[in-house]
Amino acid sequence: MTVTLVVVSHSEKIADGAAELAAQMAPDVSIVAAGGTPDGRIGTSLERVMAALEQAAGGDGVVILTDLGSAVMTAESALEFAGEPEGVLLADAPVVEGLVAAAVAAQGGADVHAVKRAAEAVYGSAAVVPPSSSLVAVGEGSVTGAGPEFTGDFELINAAGMHARPAAKIAGGLSALDAQVTVNGLDGTSMVALMTLAAGKGSVLHVEAWGHDAERAVNYVGGLVQAGFGEP
Amino acid sequence: MVLDANWAVKWLTLCAQAMAEHRGWLIELDRAIGDSDHGENMDRGFQAVLDKLREVPPDSPGAALKLTAMTLMSKVGGAAGPLYGTAFLRAAAALGDTPEVEPAAFAEALAAARDGIVARGKAEPGDKTMVDAWAPAAEAALAAAGSGTGTLLEVLVAAAEAAEAGAAATDPMVARKGRASYLGERSAGHRDPGAASSALILRAAVGAAA
Repeated sequence: MTVTLVVVSHSEKIADGAAELAAQMAPDVSIVAAGGTPDGRIGTSLERVMAALEQAAGGDGVVILTDLGSAVMTAESALEFAGEPEGVLLADAPVVEGLVAAAVAAQGGADVHAVKRAAEAVYGSAAVVPPSSSLVAVGEGSVTGAGPEFTGDFELINAAGMHARPAAKIAGGLSALDAQVTVNGLDGTSMVALMTLAAGKGSVLHVEAWGHDAERAVNYVGGLVQAGFGEP
Repeated sequence: MVLDANWAVKWLTLCAQAMAEHRGWLIELDRAIGDSDHGENMDRGFQAVLDKLREVPPDSPGAALKLTAMTLMSKVGGAAGPLYGTAFLRAAAALGDTPEVEPAAFAEALAAARDGIVARGKAEPGDKTMVDAWAPAAEAALAAAGSGTGTLLEVLVAAAEAAEAGAAATDPMVARKGRASYLGERSAGHRDPGAASSALILRAAVGAAA
């Protein structure tokens, strides 16, 4: 069982298409599309969104992705009608990239909050700020990082290097861990950030991790890279 | 005249009539600064409300408004759907299942509706949205209700007149929310369609009590 995703779009085709695209990266995640109006027009329908939420309920929580303005309002209204159910979160993220990132995180076993974060991380794929616990004050007002708790350097050996599927595997697995992880300075839980590395075969991934699962996080990435992500 | 389920059904029936009658006007207003579907959407939404009211006759004003909320959110499609849906839903919650609503309680329900629209749409007075009709309407209704001294008709008329004045006041405004805001300065000189339909709804409330 994983977190279930609901995608709300003005267009039935966009909702169905985004769900189809994300499902390719996350075969075990249930993605429910709620696009268009019941009479086939462009728009969002409370009825459809509530039916989708009902269908999505009963798992490990639900994350909702929406497109333009009134889709957000319809999703919020559906939650209000349903009495703000526990474990159902609205992600503020672009619908396609956010859905894919969320699906990847859910596939990796991330909980509902981590899935929402993964979707929203699509906006800011900049470097992760280390947790404040690892920052120590030195002298008068100057602050310096105490450095990551674990690091690793791994050379990509698969022919295609870093592309969507490896990025999905790394981001998905890391999302489920209690650690903050950077890969070459970018957010390791963000599939989109990892893809922007454009790292080919022979490139080295420098992994830094903080937090409870820091060691596992570095080993996880190392294991995937050294296995060539199961690719030639 | 009391605010009971019959009054609520009559109000919503008059709303549907007003939307059908002013459908073309709302389309014109929306064509100027939006996507010209507001008249059609509101007409379709309230016709669906009438069907629902016939299917499941409500036993209190609150029940009638809740049914309206659900139907508008499902049938209207554009931004007006969730906004009006939330307004009617919050008003229904404020009224509860009281079979006969006091004037002051109705004024409170209008204030709850306004709060719902503000919360959902994140617009403020002056943004050239339906908030510009609902905010003065709620204030006027609360003032007219006073500490329980205002009569029913006084409260309803105060709300309708304030909404109409508020809608007219959107004419020169530059839109800061919704699709009209993409037009910037060019949105000035046109009435906001959502404020216009809001005024029609609150005017229908007077008609239902007459």
